[in-house]
Amino acid sequence: MDYGLALELQQQISADRKQGLVPDHLLLLEHPHVITLGRNGHMENLLASDEILSRAGIAFYPTDRGGDVTYHGPGQLVGYPILDLREWQRDVGAYVRAVEQAIIDTLADYGIAAGRIPKLTGVWVEDRKIAAIGVHLSRWVTSHGFALNVSTDLTYFQYIVPCGLTRPVTSMAALGVRASVDEVGRRLAAHFGRIFDCEMPIETPVLAEREN
Amino acid sequence: MTDVVMPQMGESIVEGTLTKWLKKPGDRIERDEPLFEISTDKVDTEIPAPAAGTLSEILVQEGQTVGINTIVARIDEGGGAAAAPAAKAAEPAAAAPAKPAVPTAAPETPPEEPPQPTPSLEQADEPVPDKPAEPDKPAEPAGPLSPLVRKMARENNIDLSRVKGTGAGGRITKQDVEAHLAQAAKPAAPQPAAPAPPPAAPAAAAQPAAAPLPPAAQAKTRIEPMSAMRIKIAEHMVMSKRTSPHVTTIHRVDMTTVARMREIHKTVFQANYGFGLTYLPFITSAAAVALRQFPLLNASLDNNNIIYHNEINIGIAVALENGLIVPVIRGADEKNVLGLQRAIVDLAARARSRQLKPDEVAGGTFSITNFGSFGSLIGTPVINQPQAAIMGVGTVDKTPVVIDDAIAIRSICHLSLSFDHRLIDGAVADQFMTKVKQVLENWSEEVR
Repeated sequence: MDYGLALELQQQISADRKQGLVPDHLLLLEHPHVITLGRNGHMENLLASDEILSRAGIAFYPTDRGGDVTYHGPGQLVGYPILDLREWQRDVGAYVRAVEQAIIDTLADYGIAAGRIPKLTGVWVEDRKIAAIGVHLSRWVTSHGFALNVSTDLTYFQYIVPCGLTRPVTSMAALGVRASVDEVGRRLAAHFGRIFDCEMPIETPVLAEREN
Repeated sequence: MTDVVMPQMGESIVEGTLTKWLKKPGDRIERDEPLFEISTDKVDTEIPAPAAGTLSEILVQEGQTVGINTIVARIDEGGGAAAAPAAKAAEPAAAAPAKPAVPTAAPETPPEEPPQPTPSLEQADEPVPDKPAEPDKPAEPAGPLSPLVRKMARENNIDLSRVKGTGAGGRITKQDVEAHLAQAAKPAAPQPAAPAPPPAAPAAAAQPAAAPLPPAAQAKTRIEPMSAMRIKIAEHMVMSKRTSPHVTTIHRVDMTTVARMREIHKTVFQANYGFGLTYLPFITSAAAVALRQFPLLNASLDNNNIIYHNEINIGIAVALENGLIVPVIRGADEKNVLGLQRAIVDLAARARSRQLKPDEVAGGTFSITNFGSFGSLIGTPVINQPQAAIMGVGTVDKTPVVIDDAIAIRSICHLSLSFDHRLIDGAVADQFMTKVKQVLENWSEEVR
């Protein structure tokens, strides 16, 4: 799904959620090539010029989520939980840790030992980042979320990595696991439901809605 | 006046970074309208205004990280002095209902609950008499206040929001209250006298608000957030040091022959190509020759495999205003001095103007850093992972040296090599450096 469309969808669900019109949601999807910049991101961390990006077919969006520059693209499972944290725990730290846990548990299903690195939000396999997290919170309602590299073409990350001065990224495929984004999404939804203690009826293969 | 505080976003969270003000001082703001944004642990949160009014003062600037419950701004609910009493009445009304409301309901409750509970406590604690003054009183800092601190504050009539907490997470300790009392005792001015004014007229009511906080006048430190690039550099340096056991070996190289070459050709270079001729292309060329002979120096370690790179791609560290980038000369062994010099000049210029393409900073197999240009004699550089070694170039100086029992003046340069001892032993590293030295000291290739 196009990043801009997904953003609109999130904003709409998030607005409805704040008014209590809809239950919590977990959107699971895949984006075409796009680079997004978090509110605290620095343009200097985006290495390539607009020209290079457009030539490579990569869209660019500044957003209101936390975190820095990131890349989304085919082969990456993107998850946007839209939850009212007041009904879970009013604790952003606990929320981020719980999202990490859902991803760690999902990877464990595939025999990948993933973990955390203190102070570096995200999910790591040894020294390599396999999933990124960036969240926006408004009135305790979450938006944006996480991106897990399933079979992402990792070379695209070079557009945002200045001279290798970052930890490397990895993907499930790079670790020798063959899985489709859809399948990983289903497993992740199950873990997510368990951790956040809710049922996860799946609406469509890529769009899961959580009903309390 | 209503104080706006850094909300507590979770149990484990003791501070937040104010990332953006959505209003300017003087702006009109409605209650619950987003006022500023904070960032905690990769989560950005919009914080709504706790009251309607005019944003009168911003106390914490964008980019600053402060403890929870730190006052970040003040909102003046009244238009002016006349409007003040009305505002007073409005505020408790606005603030109070939020708490009594049953936890389950209340989708309209704004996110920052933390500051709210305390005002309610405060109101509950202090019975009735001086109602009018209360609202004007800034909210007591929420969160962890010990009973002792509360008691001291009540007995001495201290506005705790004006006490700077030095405990964990900005928590106010007994010592802080004592210090505040001691300080307040000095000027016989408004603050200690405060107990009296409550029932007084609007003019008096305005006073506490006007009494300026002693600002942290002469700051002893200045706090500035790191740039994203700085953070990346920091991470990489720590990662490299943790990954590779670094060993550094230093060789003294006689650059007299090269210096002579350079002297002869540099004006020609300037005239013909528009750039000068430095020592660096000679050193890069010598390194490329030696890398071909000692491929272990041009390798990477991947778990228990050694990856030998067939291409010799040499990264050249370029200092930026507040950072560093390492663009790569591909196929460095296939270029002559002119080609290397041209590549170095071009990459450095584009690095500084941020016009490097992604593949120009990727794929290096070895790096060179030239700290000699900043006057350093010898350095011990950090390996640019996942490479196996990095060469540091010291300054080239005319130095008296002993040759065949005679003292001669030669152009001397110290070259250092930091290498990954997991992969490379000292003997190999020194053989490599000996080769570099040999090429440089016996430079014979024509320079055009």
